[in-house]
Amino acid sequence: MNADLLILIYVFVLAIFVGFEVITKVPPTLHTPLMSGSNAISGITIVGALLAAGFTELHITTLWGDLNITAVLGFVAIIFATINVVGGFMVTNRMLKMFKHK
Amino acid sequence: MFIQEILIPVAYLVSAVLFIMGLKQLSHPKTAPRGNQTAAIGMLIAIIATLLYRDVIDYTLIIAGIIIGGAIGAYVARTVEMTAMPQMVAIFNGFGGGASLLVATAEFYRLITGMEAIAGFTMTAIGLSIIIGGITFTGSIVAFAKLQGIMRGAPILFKGQQIVNSILLIGTVTLTVLAVMVGAEAGFYIPAIIVVALILGYMFVIPIGGADMPVVISLLNSFSGIAAAATGFVLLNNALIISGSLVGASGIILTNIMCKGMNRTIWNVLFAGFGGEDYAPGEGVPVTQKPVKSYEPEDTVVIFENARQVVIVPGYGMAVAQAQHMVHELEKILEAKGVKVKYAIHPVAGRMPGHMNVLLAEANVPYDNLFDLDQINPEFEETDIALVIGANDVVNPAARHDTASPIYGMPILDVDRSRTVFVLKRSMNPGFAGIDNELFYNDNTIMLFGDAKDTVTKLVAELK
Repeated sequence: MNADLLILIYVFVLAIFVGFEVITKVPPTLHTPLMSGSNAISGITIVGALLAAGFTELHITTLWGDLNITAVLGFVAIIFATINVVGGFMVTNRMLKMFKHK
Repeated sequence: MFIQEILIPVAYLVSAVLFIMGLKQLSHPKTAPRGNQTAAIGMLIAIIATLLYRDVIDYTLIIAGIIIGGAIGAYVARTVEMTAMPQMVAIFNGFGGGASLLVATAEFYRLITGMEAIAGFTMTAIGLSIIIGGITFTGSIVAFAKLQGIMRGAPILFKGQQIVNSILLIGTVTLTVLAVMVGAEAGFYIPAIIVVALILGYMFVIPIGGADMPVVISLLNSFSGIAAAATGFVLLNNALIISGSLVGASGIILTNIMCKGMNRTIWNVLFAGFGGEDYAPGEGVPVTQKPVKSYEPEDTVVIFENARQVVIVPGYGMAVAQAQHMVHELEKILEAKGVKVKYAIHPVAGRMPGHMNVLLAEANVPYDNLFDLDQINPEFEETDIALVIGANDVVNPAARHDTASPIYGMPILDVDRSRTVFVLKRSMNPGFAGIDNELFYNDNTIMLFGDAKDTVTKLVAELK
């Protein structure tokens, strides 16, 4: 197994532990905003979507002519991930503003 | 070189740190809004850094995609009702999973058209992203449809369901193994994995009842994170791996809390076909045979006026009746009379983790008045009135002592230990578990029949 891959696995395992530590401290009152907020964070896939949609030099010949499948898939992925990111952070913000102190 | 190899990775590290800090600030309602903003800045940094890659040549599709997705996301976030939050989170989970599936697939096509050899490891990660992302996508759509009422909440069961699902799961794994073996020649296997994974997601959620959707959306939340992490392995990108793991961990914690609150194991939720909305009343205890005490709202005034502490126990029935604003009115009137008012929130009081707290926050109930199960249970002994509004199974004392009861062992709010219990209920129909509630027949329990909002409105009028 190469060293780069091993480092990725290290990062993965350690991040899970960090996640457990941080999130067990979130009180039940805030579990819904936690869910919508973490939803927005899982929209980080947008990074991969941007890379895919940005490639233009690749074309595959298909029945419908030359098509850049990577960019098309990336485009749809950007839409999905942006809904997640923008919608997730905005709705979380909207909810958190409702929580008021006595 | 500097941008590609130092600046961008450092920017990803900064965004990962901001995500963790943001989640940390979610540990208190006071700091939570800042936490959300911190995480959003982290996301912005990750996006800008990615656009600096020299491989990103064309911005047309990127800008179009961001505008379309951003507009949809912003519209939904602004207009969604707080009662509809569970289905919104469900569908957002689905988009997250779908995005991971698409990105992994896109990377596969980039690699094969670039004539690059695909390492076994990369192909495995592509397969996993597609499987987990696909299950999350269609599974979330089903969860959304059930919560939104597009699909009936009742479990859809058929003979041999477990076997069919097992075959589908084994199918996705087998196809992935085959794809790894042929590497760049996997052009046939990738679409096949996508199709089977999408069917599997659908099949996986249809047998789960509407009442169990809180568990399902928590689990799919976790899946959407794990799918993002898997995509991180495809792209060798630490930002995706770290953020995905954080979300994966969060979803698992919430799933666990929901299961504990319902006294079920995750396996029981996923495979038992339990929790349809239209459950028949349980056998054994004949409903409405035993005498209950029933008052009109005006009969309760003296009891309220002599109370020192009132604990309100809201259930989803309160939200359905849209009674939360009136309940807050009642709370203010009682507080003006010097009565201490607290809310007791059961972990499964709403339709998703923490849902009831958001519904009450929307009605301007301050969060200092909201108490969870462990905090409030010792207080019922000193409570004069427990006011149960639209909750049923979570206050059934049978869970404590009746080993024959289906809810035996479920954590409940010990309202029966307070001096007087008022139960606001439409009729004597049992709750979703289909069992009679012995609380209603206790000497210290008084039933207030009728629509929850009407009853609370009358209480407010009488106490004014």
